[in-house]
Amino acid sequence: MDDHDITRGIVELIRTAETTLPQDVITALKHAHTSETGIAKLQLATILANIDLAAKTHRPICQDTGIQTFFITVGTHFPYISHIQQWIHDGLTQAITTVPLRPNAVNPITRKNGDDAHPSPILYWDFNTGDTLQIHTLPKGSGSENMSALKMLDPCDGIDGITQCILDTVTTAAGRPCPPTIVGVGIGGDAPTALKLGKKSLLRPIGSRHAEKTIARLETDLITLLNDTGIGPMGLGGKTTVLDVRIEMMPCHPAGLPVGIVLQCWANRHAELLVTADGSWEVH
Amino acid sequence: MTEYHLKSPISPEQIRRLKIGDIIYLTGKIFTARDKAHQLILTLPAAEIPAVLKGLPLYHCGPLVKQERGKWLVLSAGPTTSRRLEMIEAEVMEKLGVSVLIGKGGMGPKTAAALKRRPGLYLAYTGGAGVLAAEQITDVLEVIWLRELGMADAVWLFDVLECGPLVVAMDAHGASLYPKERMCTTE
Repeated sequence: MDDHDITRGIVELIRTAETTLPQDVITALKHAHTSETGIAKLQLATILANIDLAAKTHRPICQDTGIQTFFITVGTHFPYISHIQQWIHDGLTQAITTVPLRPNAVNPITRKNGDDAHPSPILYWDFNTGDTLQIHTLPKGSGSENMSALKMLDPCDGIDGITQCILDTVTTAAGRPCPPTIVGVGIGGDAPTALKLGKKSLLRPIGSRHAEKTIARLETDLITLLNDTGIGPMGLGGKTTVLDVRIEMMPCHPAGLPVGIVLQCWANRHAELLVTADGSWEVH
Repeated sequence: MTEYHLKSPISPEQIRRLKIGDIIYLTGKIFTARDKAHQLILTLPAAEIPAVLKGLPLYHCGPLVKQERGKWLVLSAGPTTSRRLEMIEAEVMEKLGVSVLIGKGGMGPKTAAALKRRPGLYLAYTGGAGVLAAEQITDVLEVIWLRELGMADAVWLFDVLECGPLVVAMDAHGASLYPKERMCTTE
């Protein structure tokens, strides 16, 4: 195993996420472009032209290269667990100048953001019993992240209450999160877990429905409801306000009903790095 | 959806003629300003404000820029969310003599009133279209407050060529393409 080699893998992971979009997102945007007319169609045409240009020039799709967020799944038999944090740190440091990334980590009070500021990545850890390492990166812009919401509903609010608070969040956000958005919803757990579930759902492919029929139905009903708001691409009006809605669930306290809503801009940038026990890696 | 190819700065007569839904491709000088630059401009005495900015279109943008052999290269420079500046934008427009705003997501009633008064326009550039926008920037003429504010928050003075498509999303007659503002103006 070569630490420098795997650090290179982290740089590739970030570069892939920043400069290209997953095919399912491009396909959904092309489909939306076909169905829209007028200004909405023009917005989607501009988006598609930009995706194309970014891939050709290897430049970040959006100048907001986001807050660096990593979902890490470690096999407990993976031999180099103690190296993982250093790989991410070193890879990110290299990516700042080679991708490059915009200095995007400020002190929340002083707002100081030096050009050499070290970005503090957000790390979510999970474990399984395997011997491999999987790292998903989700660099997320603040235009969409600022529109996230946590609602601690009462159990009696039920599905109608959940639907209403998602509708309220999307209509209040209007054009700000760069629609058409992908809406990630976490239901259950506790307050922070509901938001984490919502954010992690952004890694799912577009059109993948929840395994439970009632929830899958709620996802498709929400897609229709949110697209009927007429907010449209960039909030300038149109039929496509969301590209997808994903719901993730887990049990919660009998007295509570947490709903975490995370909006993602059309540029649902994410990529995956897989490292095997012998130190080989690949980026998707 | 009439298409216009205009030179910066856009004249008050032309501003009055433009209506929501019109498409503009803009050529000439524009400058960037986000939250910190807006706050700084409001605290400075008028004499300390760089004269070069006066009357130019103000672009809500925090660009990704790198320096190569002493020359600035803009890599990605799409718009940032305009609404964050709603509380102070009208005052900044007044202080700098700015009539045209470029951004994404729209502004609120205070800015809408300023656009009617000046007269002015709010032009929507497609959010996330960073590389396309960078390709339309032909020159970095000046960067102001780089050391104080950092790359994304500094004021960048750009020469742009056929920058667009820019959608007239709020016009000088009080009309807006954004659903909420549209409701407000028709009531």
